Amino acid sequence: MTDTRSKLTAKDFTSDQEPKWCPGCGDHAVLQQLKNAMADLELKTEDVVVVSGIGCSSRLPYYVATYGVHGIHGRAMAMASGLKTARPELSVWVATGDGDALSIGGNHYIHTIRRNLDMNVILFNNEIYGLTKGQYSPTSKLGLKTVTSPNGVVDHPMNTVALTLGSGGTFVARVLDRDGKFMREVFKRAAEHSGTSVIEIYQNCPIYNDGAFDVFTDREKKADTTIYLEDGKPLVFGKEQDKGIRLDGFTPVIVDLKNSSVSKDDLWIHDEKDKLKANILAGFFDDPDTTENCLPRPLGIFYVEDRFTYEDALDQQIAQAQANGEGSLEELLAGNSTWTIK
Amino acid sequence: MSDTSIKKPMDMVTSKTSVSVLFAGDSGDGMQLTGTQFANTVAVYGTDLNTFPNFPSEIRAPAGTISGVSGFQLQFGSQAVYTPGAKFDVMIAMNAAALKANLKNLHHGGIIIANTDGFDARNLRLAGYGEENNPLEDGTVADYTVFEVPVVTLTRKALADSGLSTKNIDRCKNMFVLGILYWLYSLPIETTIETLRTKFRKKADVAEANIKAVKAGYNFGDETEMFSQHGRFSVAPARKQPGVYRRVTGNEASAIGLTAAAKKAGLQLFLGSYPITPASEILQTLAGLKKWGVKTFQAEDEIAGVLTSIGASYGGALAATNTSGPGLALKAEGLGLAMILEVPLVVVNVQRGGPSTGLPTKPEQSDLFIAMFGRHGDAPVPVIAATSPVDCFYAAYEAAKIAVEYMTPVICLTDGYLALSSEPMLIPSPDDLASVTPKFAKERKADDPPYLPYRRDARGVREWAMPGTPGLEHRIGGLEKQHETGHVSHDPENHALMTKLRAEKVERVADIVPDLEIDNGPEKGDLLVLGWGSTYGAIKIAVEQALAGGCSVAHAHLRYLNPFPKNLGEILGNYKKVLMPENNNGQLIHLIRDRFQIEPVGFSKVQGLPFNEMEIEAKITDTLKEL
Repeated sequence: MTDTRSKLTAKDFTSDQEPKWCPGCGDHAVLQQLKNAMADLELKTEDVVVVSGIGCSSRLPYYVATYGVHGIHGRAMAMASGLKTARPELSVWVATGDGDALSIGGNHYIHTIRRNLDMNVILFNNEIYGLTKGQYSPTSKLGLKTVTSPNGVVDHPMNTVALTLGSGGTFVARVLDRDGKFMREVFKRAAEHSGTSVIEIYQNCPIYNDGAFDVFTDREKKADTTIYLEDGKPLVFGKEQDKGIRLDGFTPVIVDLKNSSVSKDDLWIHDEKDKLKANILAGFFDDPDTTENCLPRPLGIFYVEDRFTYEDALDQQIAQAQANGEGSLEELLAGNSTWTIK
Repeated sequence: MSDTSIKKPMDMVTSKTSVSVLFAGDSGDGMQLTGTQFANTVAVYGTDLNTFPNFPSEIRAPAGTISGVSGFQLQFGSQAVYTPGAKFDVMIAMNAAALKANLKNLHHGGIIIANTDGFDARNLRLAGYGEENNPLEDGTVADYTVFEVPVVTLTRKALADSGLSTKNIDRCKNMFVLGILYWLYSLPIETTIETLRTKFRKKADVAEANIKAVKAGYNFGDETEMFSQHGRFSVAPARKQPGVYRRVTGNEASAIGLTAAAKKAGLQLFLGSYPITPASEILQTLAGLKKWGVKTFQAEDEIAGVLTSIGASYGGALAATNTSGPGLALKAEGLGLAMILEVPLVVVNVQRGGPSTGLPTKPEQSDLFIAMFGRHGDAPVPVIAATSPVDCFYAAYEAAKIAVEYMTPVICLTDGYLALSSEPMLIPSPDDLASVTPKFAKERKADDPPYLPYRRDARGVREWAMPGTPGLEHRIGGLEKQHETGHVSHDPENHALMTKLRAEKVERVADIVPDLEIDNGPEKGDLLVLGWGSTYGAIKIAVEQALAGGCSVAHAHLRYLNPFPKNLGEILGNYKKVLMPENNNGQLIHLIRDRFQIEPVGFSKVQGLPFNEMEIEAKITDTLKEL
């Protein structure tokens, strides 16, 4: 059947429910860019399912005019896995948060990633529990004072990108909620990738953890604290693009491009397909607020790998089993060994 | 007719109506395989039968010790056989430990076929008898008929020129024993020979050696004075309903039942599951049914098992998950979600001894409460319980029908006893299976009224909307939803209404639940024995015997535990007293007491063992005395 409808816009992906997130919450921006990307990708609303767990960000499915299921805490990845396995032709998106995916849902997170089902996981990381009113999360910075850590957090924070790579992730990216256009492009790349795509979003919670990412988003600091990854391009950052990263063996070193003999040609060239280097990049995780001259926080696509998806492999096994036709109900009931009583 | 069934003139053959046999040996002795072979032979021969394996929970417990004993029990008969037998008539003891572990369950005067090679000093010591104390010689088995057979020695002799290594020859020893049994019970050896030829298709020498061992065992029975003086037995084929049969265990039957329901409904079957004893064979069986399009997903944990299924169900598949007690506890939150989403889902829960890890390999009926009430909030779900291995097929099938037609999770209870027991199943014709009819919402155009995910029909059931269908895009979740629209709603009256509508829907399942029938005994009388689940066979026999003894007693067996059959109250009122045997500390009795305000007599057995008919019959007698 040919589709006579005209190309959809972000508005067509907007449901009749008003988002109930706080004013100034980073989630609004993510929702908008998701809808933009879906329109850019020319998806049909009926072919998309957005699955979520519990938390502020997990309310997202209600605001997208596609199919959507709001599940239970931590289990979005499992629910999406079952859906995608049963219905490989659907475009499946997961909205989840740092608590949902990495704490209560940590087990589903790592196993879903290693299976590599073709779906897109938007991981809203605000380094706090918002919906339950401000307890620290697995990604909260050391020392953060919250209602459950009045003397400061003593749990070492989780490194989402490193965990995702370690779990066998085939598409791993990180973006800022403030980088709308960039986010939109990363969403599109993620959707086009065959396999589980993870996009970690540094998302500001203006109520319980306001400014958690200021060091990366502040106009003054941003250029020195972040580095944008581009495939095939050297790792350059700084206000005047005057700093670069070079690999000394396996050790990344910041080099001064202005006041040294090092040129851009000597720098580390980003290669999305290089897993070893992606792991080194994931280790750029020091806190610029507490670590002097630390490596900049990478943003963009760390790693992309072409690997078969779970659902394709399963479907192939089924096709093979059905090479001589699908089993009938009669055959099923009879089994392999029968006898007759007259 | 095979030559082996030709009787010699001197043959003394005693006819029996039923015989219970135990094959017992070291877990490496191949007792499960031997028992299975025997079961196939008697099944094809035409007797009724019931089998039950009994193996240690350790995979390779120390050889020769009591904890390493593996057993396979079966009863076959010319009349209906409902259990593997409370005690056995014949025991094959491959070593001293096997004898020691099982002697107490052998009928007095029963037959022991002892492999004397397994009663050497080492085996006697490992079994705990002490090297000097051979039970075959010290009077321990004086009350039994003992056939001492050096099985290993004789097998080696028979296969001396087979060209196989001693190790491989010794692997044939169980076939020698099988041959003796076939002679003893006047059974044909052809079924086993055929199976061996198929099984070792690529190893002709192994096949021939095994076949030779069976024949040698058979001839040993035929030619040895010790046996011929004793004579042999025969069990006539049962007068079973004509038709084509197969043998199924409860777990296989559950798996096939789910697949059959999916086929009948025209749906894909999806199983999200995490391995757990004694439920794993359901996942294993379904993983092998790809030819029927079954998708199995071995999840990372029990929670993912149920959540992947919910995802698949949202996607329009017939979704199921299987588990046992500890797993059901972990799935509780997921079941609540499925319940409030109102998506179809079947949970096959194979009960085992609890709480906690409890007795993983032993059966119990102690998950009724968690099945009924094990979710937070007001979250009733239909519960159905299988009564026999074959009934696991029908229970799973009916659970799927209810799930799909009422858009609800359904819990199907079986247990470790049914799961691993096997019996002949009359293969149904696909046309005889009830219809399974999903109600999918239809595509909507721009001008059509919008799809309302929680609009209900007269039965209170909503429509299923398949993602991918234009015009049905909708968002649902675990938050309370507004009546009909499904939008998130915190309105107090709406929550009360939705709670009521969901509960009423489950109650209305009673409209398709068949009336409870009296299985045996008078319609009115002194005592009703009310059972549920796997106690069926034991209660059936106990009530038969009590009736034969002139008691006023009847048997009714509940398959539908929520909702109950509509006529249950009326039936309970027809007897002076109700006796309720349960393999738990008393669970169904609470539900009956609460619902009907009667005071039944409870009868609990929580030993990790199924009831036997003698226990129930004795309890019937005692209860009647007190009336």
